[in-house]
Formats: sequence, C-alpha cells, structure tokens
Amino acid sequence: MAFEGSESGSDKAQRFRAAALPYLGDVYTLARYLLRNPADAEDAAQECYLRAFRHFETFRGGPIKPWLLAILRNVCRAEYARRGALAVLQSEALDAAEECAEGLWSEGESSPESSALARLDGETVRRLIAQLPDQFRETIVLREINELSYREIADVIGAPVGTVMSRLARGRALLRAAWIAEEKEP
Amino acid sequence: MTCDEARGLLHALIDGELDAGHAREVEAHAASCARCAGELAAARELRAALRGNNLNYAAPPSLRGSIDRAVPTPVAATSRRALLKGFALGSVVSAVAAIGVGFVIIGGNRDSRILGEAVSAHLRSLQADHLTDVLSSDRHTVKPWFNGRIDLAPPVIDLTAQGFTLIGGRLDFIDGKPVAAIVYRRRVHVINLFVMQGMSAALTAPKLEIIQGFNILRWTDQGLNLMAVSDLAQDELEEFETKFEAAAKTERAS
Repeated sequence: MAFEGSESGSDKAQRFRAAALPYLGDVYTLARYLLRNPADAEDAAQECYLRAFRHFETFRGGPIKPWLLAILRNVCRAEYARRGALAVLQSEALDAAEECAEGLWSEGESSPESSALARLDGETVRRLIAQLPDQFRETIVLREINELSYREIADVIGAPVGTVMSRLARGRALLRAAWIAEEKEP
Repeated sequence: MTCDEARGLLHALIDGELDAGHAREVEAHAASCARCAGELAAARELRAALRGNNLNYAAPPSLRGSIDRAVPTPVAATSRRALLKGFALGSVVSAVAAIGVGFVIIGGNRDSRILGEAVSAHLRSLQADHLTDVLSSDRHTVKPWFNGRIDLAPPVIDLTAQGFTLIGGRLDFIDGKPVAAIVYRRRVHVINLFVMQGMSAALTAPKLEIIQGFNILRWTDQGLNLMAVSDLAQDELEEFETKFEAAAKTERAS
C-alpha cells in the first residue's frame, strides 16, 4: 500500500513523518485503552495514521497530538460500531445517564474515606482503567496518560469543556472506588 | 464562592486549568469546607497514585514499520535525509513550507539545526527533571542569576498577571553556545524562552514554525534572538510574544 509519489506528495510525506510519527506511542496507548485488545489497537493506530496522512492538508498547525488522537477516536468508534450494537447501546445509555445526572458525579462519592490508596502494580492499574465505562475511560486516558489540556480533550471528544470536567470528576471517583475495592479483594 | 461552585472546579484546580484568581478562591473555600477538602485530597491522591506508574503502552516496532512503509519515501530526498536526519529534516521542510519557493537550502542548514536543537533542549528540560537551575517566580532573582554565566543580559519579565507564570531560569546550550532559557508555565504547558545572540539574522516580524509538533516562535529584539518553544497552541504562543514584548517595552521606557 503506497500513496501517489508526486513531488508535492513527497514533501507532504516528509512533513507528515516528522510531525506525526513521534506521537505513535500516544496514539497506540489510547487505542489500547479504547479497544482493550492489542491486535485491534494496532489496526486502529495504523488506520489512524493512514487517514491522518490522507487528510494532512486539512491540519491547520498547532499541536498535532490532539488532532491525531481525534482521528484515532473516530477510528475506534467505527470499530465499536463494527463490533455490534451492544457497545453503542451501552454508550447511549451512558450518555442519557450522564445527562440526567448533572451534578451526580459530585455526590455519589460523598465519603471517600480518607483511606490512603495502596500501591498497585502498573498492570493492575491499567486493568482498572480499562474497566471504566467508555466515556469516563477515554477522558481519564486523554487527561492522565496522553496529558491533554481540557480544551484539547473537548476538541478530541467533540463536547464542551464542562462535559470534560464532569466526566473527569466522575471517572476519577469511579477509578478511586475500583482502586479501593481492588485493595480489599486482590 | 459557594460550595457547589467550588466542587465543580476542584478537578480543574488540580489539573492546573484555573487562573490564579479562581485557584485562590477554590483553595480558600476548601480550607473552610471539610467535604471539599476531602474530595480535593482524594483527587490529588489518585492523581499521585496514577503518576507513580507508567501507564503507556509501547507501540510494537512492527507497527511503526508498517506505517512507515505506507507513507512514501521519495528517492531524491534520501541523500539529503541521511545528511540532516531527524529534527533537522523536519525543520528544513517546515522552513521551506513557511518561506516558499525562494528558500535557499544552504543558508537553512544552520538555521534548521538551531531549531532542532531548541526542540531537543525543550524536551530535555521536561524529561530530565532539569527545568530550572534557578527556581523563582521573582524576576529580580532570576535575572541576576545569569550574571557571569552568560555574556548577555536576558530580559526576564514577570508575566504572571498576564497568565504566563514565571518559573525560573536555566543555562542551556544551542549550536554549541551557552544560551539563557527562561521558563514560563501556562496551565500545564511549559514555555522555554531561549535568549541568544547572533544565532540568526534579524527578523522583522515574529516567525512561527512547527517542529515535531512543537510550536516555535522566533523574534528579534534589541539585537537579541528570542525563541519560544512550547506545546502551547499557536495563538497562545503568539499572545505570549505580544505580552512579553509589550511588558519589555514598558520596562525599557520606565
């Protein structure tokens, strides 16, 4: 598989490599968390780079990482759809739950019991993150692992910054609860 | 600030997304509200616990290879690539894109190397936990620190009120010469402002380049070359330059 080898195409390829390839680790990491399996994550990352290259003219400068992650997210959502209606239904149900629960995210965990979090190994933490519901998982990963700003996350997931903030708060509360449960029942 | 308002902003506080005024208000509220203080502590603790692990997945080498193969490598560019490599390649290409057809490659080699080294210095400063040699938000501490360490007096300007917090200063090396690095922070983004002399011809207007996804804004002032490197968005980096120069001008006038 190769693209047109015209002169302008070559320049584009060089610029693209220099700008986009350093972020392969970020793209692959997000793909692993969104799709929860190495083979699908590899396919999605590859598809993401091919789409990004095809549409590189439309990249308007600025940090390229959020732009790549937004493309990756679209690829993953297509994969969700391919996997069947189940995942889609689940995420729609969550959307609805989230809408009617404005503010709920700040109430459920009223007593975080100031018990200190025990140290867990990386593998366990990755699993806990992977078990979070879709919306919260992607927001947590974009923030804590891909280290995007709220504005950048909002652009990637196509939602207002307020939604990013509430998902992050809720996601962190869920993750903390899962963490504490894991300590008690390893 | 009410409890509800503060609760909505607790996470923005620990993520460094609040401006100084709101951050103070949220902290003041949490100091007097046990519930908010508890939530804040819980969120901070989780954050610290997450930071204690490497949660990234390494991309398999085969993936990099197959992406690389899918993007064409032009034959003509191979020899030039071997000479310039990595950062430098990207910068030549961006420089050509920025300036247009009339660009002279020969003059661009040193220039692109400098840009590449500036990005490397920026990355090093973030990775090696060596962001600052002198850690202070007081410009009257940072500026004198450079005395005797470098043969120029870098303009050190406190832009905290304008939304860019002065973190400190550092001595760095670009093109084999010592340069002053003045470090600012905007939310979670670090800006390295490199100040040097004789690195490039005077620029009539600030010039923006993108190398390795980083934005680099260069300008000249009072015979000094200034180069701001950051992952901050382009318009915010330009805002930084505008505010920096405005403040510098005011300072010189006074």
